[in-house]
Amino acid sequence: MLPTVAAAEVGFAGPDELAAALESTGYLPDQGLATAAYLALAMHRPLFLEGEAGVGKTALAQALAQITGRPLYRLQCYEGLEASQALYDWDFGRQLLHLRAAEAAHATGDTEKLEASLYDRRFLLARPLLQALEDSPSVLLVDEIDRADDEFEAFLLEVLSDFTISIPEFGTIRAVTPPLVVLTSNRTREVHDALKRRCLYHWLQHPDFDREVAILRRRLPDVTEQLAREVARATATLRTLDLLKPPGVAEAMDWATALHTLGARDLDPDVAARTLGAVLKYREDTERVHAMDRGALFGG
Amino acid sequence: MRDVVDTVLGFARTLRHAGVAASPDRVEAMLAAVGALDVLDATAVYWAGRLTLCGSPDDLERYDAAFTAWFGGEVPRRTRPMQEEKPQLAAMAPLEAGSAAGEESEDVPDVAGRASPDEVLRHRDVAELTVAEREHLRRLFALLVPASPMRPSRRRRPDAHGTVHASRTVRRALHDGGEVTRLLHRRARPRPRRVVLLIDVSGSMGPYADALLRFAHAAVQAHPVATEVFTIGTRLTRVTREMRLRDPDRALAASGTAIPDWSGGTRLGEVLKAFLDRWGQRGTARGAVVVICSDGWERGGTEVLAEQMARLRRLAHAVVWVNPHKGREGYQPLTGGMQAALPSVDHFVAGHSMAAFEELAGVISRV
Repeated sequence: MLPTVAAAEVGFAGPDELAAALESTGYLPDQGLATAAYLALAMHRPLFLEGEAGVGKTALAQALAQITGRPLYRLQCYEGLEASQALYDWDFGRQLLHLRAAEAAHATGDTEKLEASLYDRRFLLARPLLQALEDSPSVLLVDEIDRADDEFEAFLLEVLSDFTISIPEFGTIRAVTPPLVVLTSNRTREVHDALKRRCLYHWLQHPDFDREVAILRRRLPDVTEQLAREVARATATLRTLDLLKPPGVAEAMDWATALHTLGARDLDPDVAARTLGAVLKYREDTERVHAMDRGALFGG
Repeated sequence: MRDVVDTVLGFARTLRHAGVAASPDRVEAMLAAVGALDVLDATAVYWAGRLTLCGSPDDLERYDAAFTAWFGGEVPRRTRPMQEEKPQLAAMAPLEAGSAAGEESEDVPDVAGRASPDEVLRHRDVAELTVAEREHLRRLFALLVPASPMRPSRRRRPDAHGTVHASRTVRRALHDGGEVTRLLHRRARPRPRRVVLLIDVSGSMGPYADALLRFAHAAVQAHPVATEVFTIGTRLTRVTREMRLRDPDRALAASGTAIPDWSGGTRLGEVLKAFLDRWGQRGTARGAVVVICSDGWERGGTEVLAEQMARLRRLAHAVVWVNPHKGREGYQPLTGGMQAALPSVDHFVAGHSMAAFEELAGVISRV
């Protein structure tokens, strides 16, 4: 009774193989995330990723597109996002031109035929959701879904449940293979249960020390091992300080890059203090850290 | 295979007892996930369940506990610590207890002659009401429909005025044989602005907490999507979900179960910080009307409160502070907490009687 999906269809034998493939692109997932991505592929279920900003939610979609060799379509959500920006729109300008051209050619005899020709595929502008369905198989990234409003969530639900889009004037467009969908949220608001229920839910955490060092080394090969380790340790310490915005992996990378650009080979307290702007994004946080003992924070 | 299904179903039951809503379709998804992974591998089963059955970070801790309990072979603990406090809620839910039994027979008939009982009741301090009067007030609360404040949204709708709606104009032109005969317009559609209610349920607010929660219930019922309710005391509890229950008494009972620190102390500053860290800064408080219902009785230091109130002010559209004691004659905001908070408050109102709640509803809708 349990549906099993052939590994060949997924392209990976299991979560471990998928993890290895992701690692080859420079994205280092932990076991939970690799399992989540594998199941999303095997079960054709959207993957709903939540977690602090800068833990690698968006980067995962890019890495998945790379290892599966599928094109990536990204939809950045914002309030007031409409169907015409997310699904499709008619190219009205060209339709008008077409109509005028037909008129000029005195081809207006058969009105029904003329009208049908107006709603041809070539006048249809595909937006990310439609593109992802047409160009199947693909990876669809719906970024920061929590920024969109409820109305958008409702019609996204429709698209994600059966991977079809019906256009009244044109017909129904269906994906040959369902796209691999990654939804991300920063939890600025609670996403509706109906949407979450259709997804695999994964909460992304900050990586542990070793993984963070590995990520820094992998992404920034020029940075010395020493600097990577010290930046990872200092970042981990900063995360325990109860800051307004604890730094994520992205901030750690920015910081390491900043330090490296200044020619640092290890984390010198003075240089660290001067480059704090790369990790801390609130005045209150910066002030707090400045007031603390730098030696204890940055390993002296 | 049978065994796997039974085990998973049993686990789902345990999980539901632990407070994670593992609905049947989620359980089905877990079965499919287990099928796609290795059934005999404990970590694979762990992730298969966690990815499919959980829906928020709050679920994860409960899931972990339930997983060890079930797959570790222990008997799932059925009693949740919260259930032990259950008797407190209905019985000790402030308005029931501590009613002045003596004035029951004297007061009501007396005032009945002068004005309509409803009218008098509207202005009475809810802390001094009798049981019968409270019952009556409950019905008045049902009639209270707080209007929502509005804000312009990015979403636009067709309108007689406003900017030109190009696609509709051209679509019409297509119907008219390619001739643009008239311009169609659209303008921003107003949307309800989010209202966040933070209700102090500590001991000192006891007599008012029930009425305030009823007010919150009326607000949530009027605009379920745009209203959030939290209780503050020694800790922060989100009760929006419970408040969405139609019946006010059931909603109050449900939120009572969810509130672990009913009638405890107050750590306003720290709890406000918890709210801002976890919800407010992420978006719940952004551009919202934040209503804090508290007497400002702060057990901790007031610096934290002042700092967090300033932070809240920067995020929110407007900050309203409801203090039931303000309704008393000669009230001065002298408590340390109130002093610390007032510089960051836009509207300081009373919240001690039905009339005050109606006024509060007015303030919220106008800001």
